[in-house]
Amino acid sequence: MTTQVLQKPIDLPISPRLAKNVRRHVLERVIEFILMLAALSAVATTIAIVVILLYESLSFFEHVSIIDFLTDTQWTPLFEDAHYGILPLVSGTLTTSAIALGVAIPLGTIGAIYLSEFASHRTREIVKPILELLVGVPTVVFGYFALLFVTPLLQMIFPELPGFNMLGPGIVMGIMIIPYISSVAEDAMRAVPMSMREGSYAMGATRFQTAVRVVTPAAISGIIAAYILGISRAVGETMVVALAAGQQPNLTFNPMESAATITAYIVQVAMGDLPHGSIGYQSIFAAGLVLMLMTLVFNILGHITRKKFRETY
Amino acid sequence: MVTTTSPIKAESRDLNFYYSNGHKALKGITMPLYEKRITALIGPSGCGKSTFLRCFNRMHDLYPGNSYEGQIVMHPDNTNILDNGVDPIEVRMRISMVFQKPNPFPKSIYENVAYGLRVRGERNKRAVDDKVEEALKGAALWDEVKNRLHDLAFNLSGGQQQRLCIARALATDPEIMLFDEPTSALDPIATANIEELMSELRNKLTILVVTHNMQQAARVSDYTAYMYLGELIEYDDTDRIFTNPSRKETEDYITGKFG
Repeated sequence: MTTQVLQKPIDLPISPRLAKNVRRHVLERVIEFILMLAALSAVATTIAIVVILLYESLSFFEHVSIIDFLTDTQWTPLFEDAHYGILPLVSGTLTTSAIALGVAIPLGTIGAIYLSEFASHRTREIVKPILELLVGVPTVVFGYFALLFVTPLLQMIFPELPGFNMLGPGIVMGIMIIPYISSVAEDAMRAVPMSMREGSYAMGATRFQTAVRVVTPAAISGIIAAYILGISRAVGETMVVALAAGQQPNLTFNPMESAATITAYIVQVAMGDLPHGSIGYQSIFAAGLVLMLMTLVFNILGHITRKKFRETY
Repeated sequence: MVTTTSPIKAESRDLNFYYSNGHKALKGITMPLYEKRITALIGPSGCGKSTFLRCFNRMHDLYPGNSYEGQIVMHPDNTNILDNGVDPIEVRMRISMVFQKPNPFPKSIYENVAYGLRVRGERNKRAVDDKVEEALKGAALWDEVKNRLHDLAFNLSGGQQQRLCIARALATDPEIMLFDEPTSALDPIATANIEELMSELRNKLTILVVTHNMQQAARVSDYTAYMYLGELIEYDDTDRIFTNPSRKETEDYITGKFG
């Protein structure tokens, strides 16, 4: 009897639930295709941007040598005596970004540590939405805030500070970036398993020691990701610097001076009425290319650091 | 009753414990721990044995809304470690803990063991070096890691990680060590290592161990407590619990009729 049972029954139809269902099959393929399109749209846009930047920059570099572009210390494409040295724009971008990150990284990190490790559930529920509201404020508002509030405030401390300067917008940009950094870093810290915190407390550590010596190192990879996001935001930010940092390209790293950033120059030209195809017009693509490469370099550096510090637990 | 010549190291007196949702997880537990002996807590899941263990280092304080009633008194100084005036950090300085799953910190092997000394503010490098070596030897891990003390602790195997956690707990010279199912995430060989280590540690300190594994309780412990639904059903010499328990419930659990 036992052998009979084990024998495979012949001619028994397979269960209808397992039979190939044409309608379901087609539906699955359609959904798969739609999902792929959605994913591709971002990739395609990126590729299109790179192609256009490269194409337009190429005709720019037919007129301007790359060596001049990288070494000339003046950027005056719209003047009679045109100079095409990108350095003044790069210095403006780096200076404002550095100020912004100098504000955003410490405050964002401290905010994340507070929200993740110290704040009670109730406090977190109140503070987080307010921080996220900050993200929703249009950058043009931040720009005027820098120009009409922060700069005059700074002028009380530094009377010689010009109306357009890099310090004011740098600080405001930093405040603007805090919620990006604190939110991503906080998520990373909250993802650290409770067992690790318990291990630290069980050794007699205080809350602060646990937060700084155990949770932060455990979440460092995510915290660095938050910094990368912040850097990209700072380097690419346009409105605040265009409004409050001035639009004179100026090769300086002194935050007390006015200067133009790459983004500010691009807006300035794009909103003016330069004829298409002129060198001045093409210069914004070259500038855009430099901006993109800068962001790319920061991203790659950040990625390498993240990998180096990546912890598994 | 337990037959012993050892003095009492700590004892819970009529201990009740409530979780923040109001659940009464421990009901009037009165039970002594004897110095330099291993006491095992056994019982089915949810019986409160881990909850009881975690009262000893005030781990429940980490989560808001939990509350204790009654006392856990440590000897010889007669301190009630559940008293509101007692700083839980002070308690944890005297009573250390090894967890169910190895939970090393994202640091080097050396820094993991040195952690307890660092949070106590020890800065003398020589003193830390000596303590780290002593603790790693005490946890039978020194020979395996002495040449790579500065490697990340995550690179160790699960059994080694658990011994590292024991070394970490040992480095601060605790009076009592709590083990919360220390081998449930380990393979049989690593389990045997940890059990052997516990027997050795018995010369130095008082141990309270929660285990799901009755053979383990029988192998390593001097005294065994059987808990069920938050109550202490029976507490006796391990030999007697496993051969001739006085309560019917204990016998049913030991013999596998239930649980």
